[in-house]
Amino acid sequence: MSELAQSALPGAAYEGFVTVAEAGLRGMITVRGDLAGLAGAVKDATGCAIPAQRRVEQAGAKAVAWMSPDELLILCDYADAPALTASLATALSGQFATVANVSDARAVFTVTGAQAGDALAKLCPVDFGAMTTGDIRRTRAAQVAAAIWVSGEGEMTLVCFRSVAQYMFDLLSRAAQPGSEPKLYA
Amino acid sequence: MLLLTCPCCGVTAEETEFAPGGEAHLKRSGPGSSDAEFDSYMFNRKNPRGVHFERWRHAYGCGKWFLAARCTMTLEVFGTYPAQTLEPPAEIVAAIKAKRPDWEGFA
Ligand SMILES: [Zn+2]
Repeated sequence: MSELAQSALPGAAYEGFVTVAEAGLRGMITVRGDLAGLAGAVKDATGCAIPAQRRVEQAGAKAVAWMSPDELLILCDYADAPALTASLATALSGQFATVANVSDARAVFTVTGAQAGDALAKLCPVDFGAMTTGDIRRTRAAQVAAAIWVSGEGEMTLVCFRSVAQYMFDLLSRAAQPGSEPKLYA
Repeated sequence: MLLLTCPCCGVTAEETEFAPGGEAHLKRSGPGSSDAEFDSYMFNRKNPRGVHFERWRHAYGCGKWFLAARCTMTLEVFGTYPAQTLEPPAEIVAAIKAKRPDWEGFA
């Protein structure tokens, strides 16, 4: 079945003063519960420790993001998500915790370029100058919720609901228009 | 602009990232209360000009509820604290008294 799955806007990309691209299908698993109690199962499933507040831990193709005091988001390959969800659910079966594969409920975009923070600053009430690689920040982009992860030097990975993917792509593309650089950070 | 610091995730953000939840520390009048008491619980709010205690939710962030003490006239925020608090904690009261010596206190 998985080969039939499509991301929200396959191949969508825009070249502006930064590059906006839809990142394709990503595996995403929401885990909720007491974070300290989840540590063992999350470590076994991903190789990652529980991230510090608003941080992302990475190990190979997997990453674990801190979303709230009782919520983590596990990022993995799309095809791996169902099995990983099942094994986590089994590992946490005796605990007060929930595991949900939310891969198909989300869309992922990357914004790359030295001025990625400048483009996003037009849309979000966030000081991107204060964020460093490995930070994640949940906020709004114009009118919709977004989680923005500084996934590398000059690279931001943005996660939003799939239902607003077109809106988000249009927003990001508009914000990246050549000649509209706010030059706040770079 | 109103800037709030969410005590649940540590983010300081402007008002548009949060959703207001009205007056904090309301006490529900339970079964056996008089109509007047329930009417007061339901409809009467302090709505002061000055120091006020409010519920806020970090709607676009971590999603958690918290409480805030602020001045409704100047938008100065004296502090934010966990939602699981029945009355303003001592450090919040001290912060308010330091800046508003005439404040009559939480009642
Ligand atoms: Zn928060």
